[in-house]
Amino acid sequence: MPIHGKAHKYGDHIDTDAIIPARYLNMTDPDELAGHCMEDIDSGFVSKVRRGDVMVAGKNFGCGSSREHAPIALKAAGIAVVIAETFARIFYRNGFNIGLPLIESAGAAQGIDDGDEVEIDLESGVVRNVTKGEEYQFAPITGIAAELLEIGGLRERVKRQLAS
Amino acid sequence: MTITEKILAQAARRDEVRPGEFVTCRLDLVMANDITAPIAIEEFAKMGAARVFDVEKVVLVADHFTPNKDIKSATQAKLLRDFAREQGLTHFYEAQTGGIEHIILPDKGLVLPGEVVIGADSHTCTYGALGAFATGVGSTDFAAGMALGECWFRVPASLKFIFTGQLSKWVCGKDLILYTIGQIGVDGARYMAMEFAGPVIENLPMADRFTICNMAIEAGAKNGIIAPDDITLDWVNSRTTRDFEVFNSDRDAEYAEVYEWDAADIEPQVAFPHLPENTRGISEVGEITIDQAVIGACTNGRLEDLRIAAAILRGRQVAKGVRCIVIPGSQEIHLAATREGLVETFLAAGCLVSTPTCGPCLGGHMGVLAAGERAIATTNRNFVGRMGHSESQVYLASPAVAAASAVTGRICGPEDL
Ligand code: SF4
Repeated sequence: MPIHGKAHKYGDHIDTDAIIPARYLNMTDPDELAGHCMEDIDSGFVSKVRRGDVMVAGKNFGCGSSREHAPIALKAAGIAVVIAETFARIFYRNGFNIGLPLIESAGAAQGIDDGDEVEIDLESGVVRNVTKGEEYQFAPITGIAAELLEIGGLRERVKRQLAS
Repeated sequence: MTITEKILAQAARRDEVRPGEFVTCRLDLVMANDITAPIAIEEFAKMGAARVFDVEKVVLVADHFTPNKDIKSATQAKLLRDFAREQGLTHFYEAQTGGIEHIILPDKGLVLPGEVVIGADSHTCTYGALGAFATGVGSTDFAAGMALGECWFRVPASLKFIFTGQLSKWVCGKDLILYTIGQIGVDGARYMAMEFAGPVIENLPMADRFTICNMAIEAGAKNGIIAPDDITLDWVNSRTTRDFEVFNSDRDAEYAEVYEWDAADIEPQVAFPHLPENTRGISEVGEITIDQAVIGACTNGRLEDLRIAAAILRGRQVAKGVRCIVIPGSQEIHLAATREGLVETFLAAGCLVSTPTCGPCLGGHMGVLAAGERAIATTNRNFVGRMGHSESQVYLASPAVAAASAVTGRICGPEDL
């Protein structure tokens, strides 16, 4: 199923405090969290993001705290996929664990500008920049990450393991 | 193999593992806190799990927003308390029985050399100071760990950091790790193990070793680790009667990179906003006034840290207009600090002394910053908005630098007093 949406672009080392500030970690409701997503570095994000949109960033996206609230907030805010040059490792695990696909692609991360319209085919590993008419390749998601995306996250995987 | 590879191989019941391989390891301990456990407890139920894999090996610590700062955080802490009771967990801690997770788990002898630990908190890497493999995960991974007693890992490549020479006066573990992050950057060890070694590390007390491994995540590392030696074993043996195994890196172990630094070249370090890699030696800081100093957190809230701060604050006064907040990392440390007279020293100098909590470290409570305010802190992160308003600023340093800065009202080292 191709993803089609607008890009919201940020820089390097976007930390989880930026994605969801710690002052909101006294709650867990995805929609409430989504309401404060990115607010310390981009107070306009919540009002401009639409379901199916794409977040694009530079190096080390999601560094810092292990809070799963970060990918949860992004997903609930409508972000369908995050593209970055690289991801911090806990965020990377968390993303796939909750069913938020993450793509590492330096080409896409550098080529896409804020507001560009992009189309992504996860299976074939292609990001299409509709606005600019460019294409970027990425290594298709494999292994445990692919399995998690297919079954809908780690919860399902453990459920099956416990039932077997 | 490296120490990290050996621990993972053993826990995966394999003779050998190599960087990049995926392995499933049995877990010796899983931990979560009042922020991460609420999501995990819900996930645990949704996974269809009824009981945790081992009531001795699941640890819950309410420390971030405790004593509870508002109704929502009180509700979260209660969720942990109820779950712990319902499951019959041996180890549930909150302020009066515990303190900050990464201080109390080692202190209570819950993590031992050679063990594999996951914690739903990024600073779980702290326990690597004991020669354990310990790494941070999210809530769902923790929930899976609670249910299954196992977790999958990609075996990390290792970086080795060797410190030689002599530490200068007032230079401590915090300065070594800040220096390291300044050199390699906040993603310099992304996905890798950071192994710390050399004569300087071998002479460091456990408190400094915990500080160093605590901040491995600030370089993006999966884990930080220090091979156990006599200092480690003395420390561990006074806290447990459980068996454990000591691993060491082989002489021919392979490293992605080896760094060697002379400690004599390292002066007290300060990390400028808004990344821990923005480090400068204290002599290059310039004139920076502060509104607040925070001495505490899982990085530097240990008794040894408080002793250093008290030595500097004894007989001196916190500068007018500056709030100096001292937070002992656990109830036990608070008691010991009281008995030693440190608390009196702090109070006499005009500091605020709090019950153990993460509090201001994550901008939770007990010292949140307003727009335009500046703090020096012994914490580990200085991201935008980390201690409060998005237009506030946090500078990271050692307890010695934080205490000296509290006295002068500007960032300085103890030598400047
Ligand atoms: S003291 Fe700060 S860094 Fe340590 S666990 Fe608490 S919030 Fe996290």
